[in-house]
Amino acid sequence: MKRGPLVGRGPLLGRGPARRESTGLRTGRPARAAQYLALLAYLVFLAFPFVWLISTAFKPARELGSLHPTWIPEQPTLDNFRQAFDEQPLLQAAANSLIAAVGAAVIAVVIATPMAYVMARHRGRLATAATGWVVVSQAFPFVLVIIPLFLVLKNLHLINTLWGLIMVYVVWSLPFALWMLAGYVRAVPAELEEAAAVDGAGRVRTLVSVVAPLLAPGIVATALFAFITAWNEFFFALVLLKTPEKQTLPVVLTHFLGAEGVADLGPLAAAAFLATLPSLVLFALIQRRITGGMTAGAVKS
Amino acid sequence: MTSVTAAKRPGPDGPHSGHNGRDGQGGRGGRAGGTGRPGRPERRAFGDRAAWFLVLPALIPILILSVGPLLYGIALAFTDAQSGRTRSTQWIGTLNFQDLLHDTLFWDSFRIGLIWAVGVTVPQFLLALGLALLLNQNLRMRWLARALAIIPWAMPEVVVGIMWRLVYNPDAGILNETIRDLGLGDGRDWLTGLATALPAVILVGIWAGMPQTTVALLAGLQNTPRELHEAAALDGAGAWRRFRHVTWPALKPIALAISALNLIWNFNSFALVYVLTSGGPGGRTRLPMLFAYEEAFRYGQFGYAAAMGCVMVAVISVLLAFYLVGRLRGGEDR
Repeated sequence: MKRGPLVGRGPLLGRGPARRESTGLRTGRPARAAQYLALLAYLVFLAFPFVWLISTAFKPARELGSLHPTWIPEQPTLDNFRQAFDEQPLLQAAANSLIAAVGAAVIAVVIATPMAYVMARHRGRLATAATGWVVVSQAFPFVLVIIPLFLVLKNLHLINTLWGLIMVYVVWSLPFALWMLAGYVRAVPAELEEAAAVDGAGRVRTLVSVVAPLLAPGIVATALFAFITAWNEFFFALVLLKTPEKQTLPVVLTHFLGAEGVADLGPLAAAAFLATLPSLVLFALIQRRITGGMTAGAVKS
Repeated sequence: MTSVTAAKRPGPDGPHSGHNGRDGQGGRGGRAGGTGRPGRPERRAFGDRAAWFLVLPALIPILILSVGPLLYGIALAFTDAQSGRTRSTQWIGTLNFQDLLHDTLFWDSFRIGLIWAVGVTVPQFLLALGLALLLNQNLRMRWLARALAIIPWAMPEVVVGIMWRLVYNPDAGILNETIRDLGLGDGRDWLTGLATALPAVILVGIWAGMPQTTVALLAGLQNTPRELHEAAALDGAGAWRRFRHVTWPALKPIALAISALNLIWNFNSFALVYVLTSGGPGGRTRLPMLFAYEEAFRYGQFGYAAAMGCVMVAVISVLLAFYLVGRLRGGEDR
């Protein structure tokens, strides 16, 4: 509709259809080249630290000590990985991280899905309050939450336990889980539920056999996202876990830095690289869903 | 931690407004169906009691572990709570805040926090906007660019810090090596130099937060009306004018929200700088969060640290209010 008069004006301005194609949204050759150049610059900026991390992880000690480091290790080695496992309890730490992240993700999704359903389907004070909390909880610095949490968990004797950490992670991942899941619930047509009700299905039955299967992909994506955040989290783990055999991977990684710091670049890089792999793989799996979900949310508004 | 929150961004306005619209329709549909069905009142009854039943499993943990601690934390700011003390904690009114007012170390840290937050948020936004505009073009290899652009988002912040320590390393780091190769001198010790530490750390902050901002802006860009773009192009508007008059108005709400949230997150960030410099050299990169963390968990001054938290929240809220009001008004003038 908007386009009508403007297209009509085209010939008036002496632009044939073919010409219009080349001048319209098409970009000229130099401009296009500049765009590719800019994109390349971005990619280099975003990728080079990661490439350097990998390169350092596979370098033997002799090359790390040399004054002229190279991008590609001359004699790649796995020694750093071996040494990393010898120096710090990485397997134990990875197991702790796994337990905390899986526990947090599963519990968060289990308790968030019903609430998200209510937020999406029942408009009212409750949904408004929940949305308000989601926003407010973003603005507060963790310091204000962590001190009371520390005291509360201490009274419950949950300091230095994975259980305490899991509880904190669950609550901490709830805002995002609720927001994400509520979006997925809204995507399930309410008419479907009504149809099931007409067919005589009870309320619970409708939820379990009509809504739940349609929500399943969204629930999985939310759980994976909660897993990644818990796997990557550092601050709460640093405060709440005191003994090395209880600590999660990010906390143990900081032990490589030590007081002298520079001594162990190789094992440090190797361990950091390994710690990133799980989140990278999972993120690759759900990346499209997250960016897609955001786009959908934006379009709706 | 930023990762979670970032994607959440469109939450308040996106899905929520969608929610209202959709709900209206759903309600209408429900009522229309309801007139034909006598069983309808049961459903309303379900609405209230069963809704609570569905909400409780999430609500209880939220109240105990999020809302409760928040209020408790604010209350702590008015006490002399300390760790490992046998004497009972007492109310001391605003004494903590009075002390804080004269604590020059804290205000130094606060100033650094503001420089850091603005220094990261502004370039991050501009760079992310550029990248989002590029990714919105029909370029080849776009999928690769999108995949790579997301990498920093998936990484644990601790790993990001470690990675950049390797880059900045004075001897074995690639940055100094590149500088030496280009004949620009011998390079320097970036993270321990008094002058370079803060800028070096800010650069890492920009790098780490770019993906979320880019993704949010890209979502906004895909929301801009394509017909308008084509129409403006036909009218002979150049790329800049098209951006200024077509893209930017559509993008503005998302741009405002993501930059406001980025500012909050950056001001409250911890892990990156903890790993990179732990606040050094000489406190040059000691962000308020690091300061409060040390106060609480190294020196055990819970009450005092809570007061710091309260001041941080208050100042940030005021700044944000000014920013948002100013921005929104600026938009109306045009």
